[in-house]
Amino acid sequence: MSEAILEIRHLSKTFGTHAVLKDVDFTVNKGDVTSIIGASGSGKSTLLRCVNLLETLTTGEILFHGDSVTGGKINQSAYRARVGMVFQSFNLFNNLTVLDNCVIGQRKVNKAPKNEARDRALYYLNKVGMLPYINARPAQISGGQKQRVAIARALAMEPEVLLFDEPTSALDPEMVGEVLDVMKSLAAEKMTMLVVTHEMSFARDVSTQVVYMADGVIVEEGPPGQVLTNPQDARTREFLKRFLGQSN
Amino acid sequence: MLTQLFSDIGSIWAKYGTVYLTGIGNTLILATVATLIGCVIGFFCGILQTIPYGPGDAWIKKALLKLLRAVIRIYVEVFRGTPMILQAVFIYYGMPYFFGVSFKDIWTVSILVVSINTGAYMAESVRGGIMSIDAGQFEGARAIGMNHFQTMLYIVLPQTLRNIMPQIGNNYIINVKDTSVMFIIGFQDFFAVHKMVSGAVFKYFPSAFLEMGGYLFLTLLASFLLRKLEKKLAGESNYELVNTDQLVMTAGTYQFSGSAPYEEKNKDYQGEKP
Repeated sequence: MSEAILEIRHLSKTFGTHAVLKDVDFTVNKGDVTSIIGASGSGKSTLLRCVNLLETLTTGEILFHGDSVTGGKINQSAYRARVGMVFQSFNLFNNLTVLDNCVIGQRKVNKAPKNEARDRALYYLNKVGMLPYINARPAQISGGQKQRVAIARALAMEPEVLLFDEPTSALDPEMVGEVLDVMKSLAAEKMTMLVVTHEMSFARDVSTQVVYMADGVIVEEGPPGQVLTNPQDARTREFLKRFLGQSN
Repeated sequence: MLTQLFSDIGSIWAKYGTVYLTGIGNTLILATVATLIGCVIGFFCGILQTIPYGPGDAWIKKALLKLLRAVIRIYVEVFRGTPMILQAVFIYYGMPYFFGVSFKDIWTVSILVVSINTGAYMAESVRGGIMSIDAGQFEGARAIGMNHFQTMLYIVLPQTLRNIMPQIGNNYIINVKDTSVMFIIGFQDFFAVHKMVSGAVFKYFPSAFLEMGGYLFLTLLASFLLRKLEKKLAGESNYELVNTDQLVMTAGTYQFSGSAPYEEKNKDYQGEKP
């Protein structure tokens, strides 16, 4: 049994009267690559945003190494610094260069020394293949490049878990590959990842665990071989039939 | 007729030229300092006004933040909603009544009045500027663990500053002109010089002509310089690709192969993970 990093317990989220998440329970273990799949509006992204406390939970709690991060005892900023997030729309800081995007969090949040922060930023920018572009601003690079910088920015904080919120959905088709390759190399290094995705090939080939969501609940979860090739629930089968029919 | 005008202007200038120039200097110093302080007040209000609170927060925090927002709102409405000339009178002559002290230095009062007046306008400009920043910028900053003040200081306000430069320019130009009302408490600005000189030599129009030209020159110069500053804030439109040599200089022993796919680059990477 591996070590649980994140435990989501009885999480519910309502916007007004609309229940987006209903009593969601699941655990992320160290080294897991969990893909969350499901139709648009099933609550996948909201779940991820709740995990990073970008949304306030209506009920339920989130445990990080067994400690509640929603009770108000733990410093939420410190928790966020340990849990990286990569957004669909990149959200790079427009006023900073590529290098400074990867340095600022280390300097201001982790209080890293200047040279160390710079070296670490360069290390991760090299890892995602963006080293030549360190002087560029976000507006000057392509979508795929932005997303790779966003991944480097999250990695530079040396988080224990990385959350990906549909990282390739805003990209042109020819740029999806470069971002997925980076994510695959992270998975190979046993980075713990929680990925909301529509990329079924990534879910099938890279992840160790697949969660299928519909209407705010987890319908089915398990290893990709089980959920994707031998789904137990009729809704999962229907979703996969529609999805795989067009993409694979 | 015109020759008469220009000879009058010439004679006034010959006698009072340095006084006019001192007036211009005072006007510029007051407008510049007060606009800068006003900007600081405005950005400060902007940071304080946007401190987030949610349903999960303690009631005392919510109450304090609501109070803070109300205080800022009142400040803005009062100083935006009354004439600056009256504010000057109010503060200059009101201080002894309320605090038992009076200002000895007319500069201090003038800068105070124009600054808080500008601050009231700037607070609204900054609020608008912050609203125009994409929510993703806030989320990106929060997601790497920045708190509200760090998010504002390092990410949001630098972008806001760029976006509201035209409004800051507006305020500056308005201040160059409107500091003229400070003559009411005896500040010796450019316009006060006109009152003094025309009162002494009874040549109202030639002096007013000089003043008109002077103010227009100042505001045109200001708007030219502000455009330059705006361009500078927009940043370089080009960037340099970094080649191997520079990296060797800066970061140790990288072997960077320019066009190889990144998987291969990772293998080539000789540097230790920091």
